[in-house]
This record gives sequence, structure tokens and C-alpha cells, in this order.
Amino acid sequence: MKLFEQAQLPPSTDSQTLVLSNDADPRTADLTGVHTVVLHFPSFTDGRAFSQAFLLRRRLGFTGTIRATGDVLVDQLVQMARTGFTEAVLAEGQSLAVGQRLLDQANATYQGDAVAPQPRFASLSTLEAA
Amino acid sequence: MYSYTEFDRQFIRHRAAQHRDQLARNQAGTLSDEAFRPLRLQNGWYIQRYAPMLRVAVPYGEIAARQLRVLATIAREYDRPDPELLARAQATQDGIDERAGSRPGPRLKFGYGHFTTRQNVQFNWIPLDKSADVMDLLATVDMHGIQTSGNCIRNITTDERAGIAADEVADPRPFAEILRQWSTLHPEFAFLPRKFKVAIHGAREDRAAIAWHDVGLQVVRNTESVANNAHQESAGGLSGYENVGFKVLVGGGMGRTPVVASVIREFLPWDQILNYLEAVVRVYNRWGRRDNKYKARIKILVKAEGQRFVDEVEAEYEAILTQDGAPHTIPLAELQRVAASFVPPALNCDRKTADAKIAHILKAAAEDDVEFGRWLQQNVAAHKNPDLRAVTLSFKRLGQAPGDASADQLDAVAELAERFSAGEARVTHDQNLLLPWVRCDQLPELWREARRLGLAKPNIRLLTDMIACPGGDFCDLANARAVPVAAAISEAYTDLDELHDLGEIDLHISGCINSCGHHHTGHIGILGVDKDGQEWYQVTLGGSDGSTLSGAPGAGKVIGPSFAADEMVDVVTAILDTYRTHRTSGETFINTLRRVGHDPYKAAANAVRHITARHTAQADA
Repeated sequence: MKLFEQAQLPPSTDSQTLVLSNDADPRTADLTGVHTVVLHFPSFTDGRAFSQAFLLRRRLGFTGTIRATGDVLVDQLVQMARTGFTEAVLAEGQSLAVGQRLLDQANATYQGDAVAPQPRFASLSTLEAA
Repeated sequence: MYSYTEFDRQFIRHRAAQHRDQLARNQAGTLSDEAFRPLRLQNGWYIQRYAPMLRVAVPYGEIAARQLRVLATIAREYDRPDPELLARAQATQDGIDERAGSRPGPRLKFGYGHFTTRQNVQFNWIPLDKSADVMDLLATVDMHGIQTSGNCIRNITTDERAGIAADEVADPRPFAEILRQWSTLHPEFAFLPRKFKVAIHGAREDRAAIAWHDVGLQVVRNTESVANNAHQESAGGLSGYENVGFKVLVGGGMGRTPVVASVIREFLPWDQILNYLEAVVRVYNRWGRRDNKYKARIKILVKAEGQRFVDEVEAEYEAILTQDGAPHTIPLAELQRVAASFVPPALNCDRKTADAKIAHILKAAAEDDVEFGRWLQQNVAAHKNPDLRAVTLSFKRLGQAPGDASADQLDAVAELAERFSAGEARVTHDQNLLLPWVRCDQLPELWREARRLGLAKPNIRLLTDMIACPGGDFCDLANARAVPVAAAISEAYTDLDELHDLGEIDLHISGCINSCGHHHTGHIGILGVDKDGQEWYQVTLGGSDGSTLSGAPGAGKVIGPSFAADEMVDVVTAILDTYRTHRTSGETFINTLRRVGHDPYKAAANAVRHITARHTAQADA
């Protein structure tokens, strides 16, 4: 996952970038020619964009960049990465170094997600079968 | 009990280390209090009225002796306020006592664990800077506080008699454990509009109040033709699970707007439960209200959208199956792997010896005779295995708040669990502890030991086995105290003859409308409210949690304007006296109330007003 500070905010005005508000249904969006979808966290406690990212990545098979903007805190980066975000623009005052450290320390998980869809128990059964 | 794998252990240790890192960043000023708040909440750390509160997860209520001992250590060594803080807190509480119409409460206590209605354990005085040490200590016995708070999928609760109930269709615990693992740190569902509570049971009687949860699951067996069900082949073969599935309820909850959950699926094959819940929670995450916290629970969404909500969930479920490849379909091997943890301990007893021992006690001193007989009747329940019994230890007694257990009591209970219950206990929804594997020939011995410890009070399911939240003594949300009201009623009803004569009554007390004390479902419900900085109590009658005793689930009805604290014992007495006047032979409190209606109870309760009489007259005018 690529992290940015506010000052380095990547451009999001070109025609290949789609900005979705956090109450939009990504399944109704036209993704033709889009290489970046920008999703928004109005507050870090508003988790709607996690479901939007999941639907884009997993349901719609979108392979471009999904960027998190808004109140993006370092402690939510692992969740963002798991739901399909590939870029995050950190909120004011958040540290790139701490964010990267937390991403590097990510733990193994129980359930599947947008990136690794199979839950842990799927590999357990495969192992047993083999 | 579920036995942790090395993976599960490593997961908990990683989580504890993560909390330590967050605490350090918060103390260094690089993680703001505001950003730290939801992170610590999702590990069970609240900041309450006077001090932090830790809620330790006890998944579906099952707890081992070694875990009880660690909780005892936490109570003894960490649940200790700074003397200055305690003095300040006590002075504030004393200030409440001095107000008009108030009733002096017991002094604040520390060094206790508290059993909650959601089968967890809370501590009230652990300083936040010790929190990382406590998490490490918990991790040594496979415990944690993950998702015991926050707007996420909370600890899953179940029937206190899961796996042992004589009326069980299928053991819900393997499913509860699979649900626990699936919901633990789910990346998409950690910041939902509001908290999300799941309860599951697998018996004929609902002892888990599932209709009052965001999602309620009942394990059922489909009696219709198995061959007609497309999923059956993958869902169990000849494993004993071939016709097992769930009745799925959605949208129950208490709070300001009590709602009984609606059945959204009569039968869902067991292997689809994670895929289906993913659909439910995703629709809730997308559609649930975030503009008003009192309208953010899924019950409001289900009520507002009705069939549209159901259709959206079904469409989402269909998409998970057909477009996503249904990755969380549970393989039979996984269910069997988890279920292997829940094999009953090999125990049986010589029933003839048991009968002789019990008869011996019953013939002994007359006092023992009555007390032991009552204990057998109230605190001992039938078991799936006819050689065994389920025994409830009562944590409802004078001098201690409902559900409170001291460090010494927690240690003592650990020993009882080891000696009499294969090392296992259960935290019950009614805030007691249950020993699930007691040999029938050990009942007399267990009774003597429990009585010595003050945990054999034969009041289970009776008036004084009340549910009460910590209320205004500890909780930051409370509008009024619950503990003094509970204490006053317990003090007024100590006579066991009288309690047994009154029979089974659900008395539930909440210190505020968040309803942690489940007042909505009490046959008698008491709700603390705050008016002009004073404590008042609203009384409801006729609520039901959905148990056989209480009937179809529903919220109680308010009997009139709020009462003063000092009137509460008289009000409860007036209600109980009305019952005694109107009951027919053997009729329970709730049945009499339903037969004669609320009016005589209302009249009796309102007649005892001495402080609120004038207020009421003004309100009526």
C-alpha cells in the first residue's frame, strides 16, 4: 500500500480518476477507462468506504488504484489494505513512518478479505485433504 | 471448551502487543485521545465515571478454572483505585445520597469482577497505564477484550446450558466459535453505524433472549425432505449435520426503542451462515443511519425499510454465492475440527449412591433438609447426560452487587469448577456462574462447599435473582444508580419461604435507557432516569425475554410517572402484594399479570407514592 501525506496528495482531477462520495453505490458507477477510484472517510469512525472498496475490488473485479482520503488514520491502514485500498492519503498529523511500521506488522487473519478471499479454515481443509 | 491452537494464541498475543503500542503512542502524545478511544474500546477499555473499565470477553460464556484464577489475580492486584481517587468518587456518590427522595447506597467497592448479561466479565478500577500488562496477563490464559465494545460485532452469547441442555436440538457452541473467529477483527465491519450483537441457541427453549439481539440464531433441524435442499450434499453428508441449519432473526434490540427481531429466514443451511451474515452486516454498514446514534442500530433500519431490507440482504447473499464464489462456506472438516473441542468430559456416577447420599441429607437436620431441597429445586437443572447436573452458583446475595465476585470468590469458584465440573464454568446471562458437568453423586458435597462460600443461596430465578447493571455507581452513561435499588429490594426480601412462595419472577434493573440491565424484558422492569439532577425510577410490567416462563418476547409497559428511590421498595412490595391477592393456585406472577391486566398493579403502585405524589398530581393536571 502506498502512503502519502496531505502535501503530496496525488492529482485526482483527470478523467481517469473517479471520485465517489461515501454513500454512493459503486455497483452503479461507470468504471470504463477509470484507473483510480478515490473513496472518502468523512470521519475515521464512518466505515462505509470499507464496504465500497470491498465491492469494487472483489465484486466488480476493479484492478486499478483505490485511494483512501479524508480522516485516514494510521491505525486503520491494515483494514484499508485488506478491503482493497492500494493508496492512502494520511490525515493531518499522521506519521508516514508509523503507518508503514503498522502495515509491516500486520498479523495473519481468520476471515478472507478483498485481497485474499479465502478464510484461514479453507487452507486448513486443503492441508487435511492433501 | 474450545481449545486454542498456536495460531489463536499468537493472534491474541499480537493483539496485546498492538494495544501496548497504541497506549505508548497515546502516552507520548502521538496518538490523540480521540483516535485512541475506538481502538481501546475494541479491546474492551472504556473510561467510565471515575476510572477506566475493562470488559473481558468470555466467548459464549464458557470459562475454565485457570481463566477464573487469572481474573481473580486481576481483581486482587489490578482492580485497585488510587486512595485519593476512591475518596473523591465516594464523596461524589455521598452527594447523591443527600438529595431529597434518595436512598443511601452501599459504599463503592473495588477488587471485584462483575458478570454481565452478555456473559462477559468487567473490572471497574484498573488504571489505564496498567492496561497493557493486564492484556498480557489475560493472553497467558487465551483471554482478551477484543470487540467487547465499539461499533463492531460484539462477543457472541448463547444458552448457559449449551451442549448440556436436555431439550437441545444441536450444540450451538461450535457455530458460536466459528462465528467468533469470522467476526474477530473483520476488516470491513470494524466501524459499523453502531454496535452489533449476535446471540445463538440450539434448544427448544430460548434461554439466550435471541429475539432481543441485532441477529438472533436458532439452530434447528429441517424436518422436510433433505433431498429437496440443494445445499444438503455439501452441508454435512451423513455426519449428523445433514439437516441442521439456522432460523435467522434480525433487528432486535432494547434501548430507547425496544424492538423484537423479525424472522428473515426460517431455514438457512448451517454451512452458509458466514456468507449470509456477511450479506446482513454489509447491507447494514451501507444503509444504517449514522446521523443519530439513537437511530443507528440495525433494528431501526429493519423497521424503516421492511421488505426492502430483506430483499437487499437476499440479493447481496445471492451475489456472494454466485459472484464472489462464497468463500466463507464452512467445510464439514472445519465444523468437525471445532466441534471436537466440545466433546463432553467422560463422567458418570452411580445413581444409587447419589440417591442414598441425597436422601441422607434430606433426613438430616430439619434446617438442612429444607435448604438443600430448595437448592436442588432452584439451583440444580437437568442435564443431557442423566448422570450429570447443571448447578448454578448464586451471585445474588446481601452485601454484594448482583453479579459481583471478589478475588477470593473467583479463586474459590475455580476450585469448585476443578473439583466438581471438569474444570469448566459458564457465565450466565442472569449474572451468575453455572457449573455444567456436576456428577449427581457429588451434589451434596458441592452444596456444602458452595454454602460455605455463600454461593448456594437457593434463589435462582426467584425475585432476588435479579439482573442489574453497574448503574450510576460506575457507569458514565447511567442516569441513576441501580446497585442501591437492588440492595434495598434484596434486603426487604430475605425470607426464603416468602421468595419461594412468590415463585419465579424476572426483576430487571437498568440505570439508563441503554438497557444493559434489560429492564424492558423484566416481568418487573426498573429504569433509572434523571430529572433536574435527581434520580428517579420508571417501572414497567409484563416484559418477556422469550423464555418458556415469560412467554413470547415483548417489552413491558410503563405503569405511570417515575418514582423516587426511597419509594421503590414500597412499589415492588405493592406489585407483589397485588399478585398475591389475585393469583390462583400455582399461577406464576407473569401469568396472573397477563390474566388480570395491569390496572390493579398500577393502582397499588401509585397508592404508595409519598414523595412523588405531588409531582404526579401536577403531571396529570
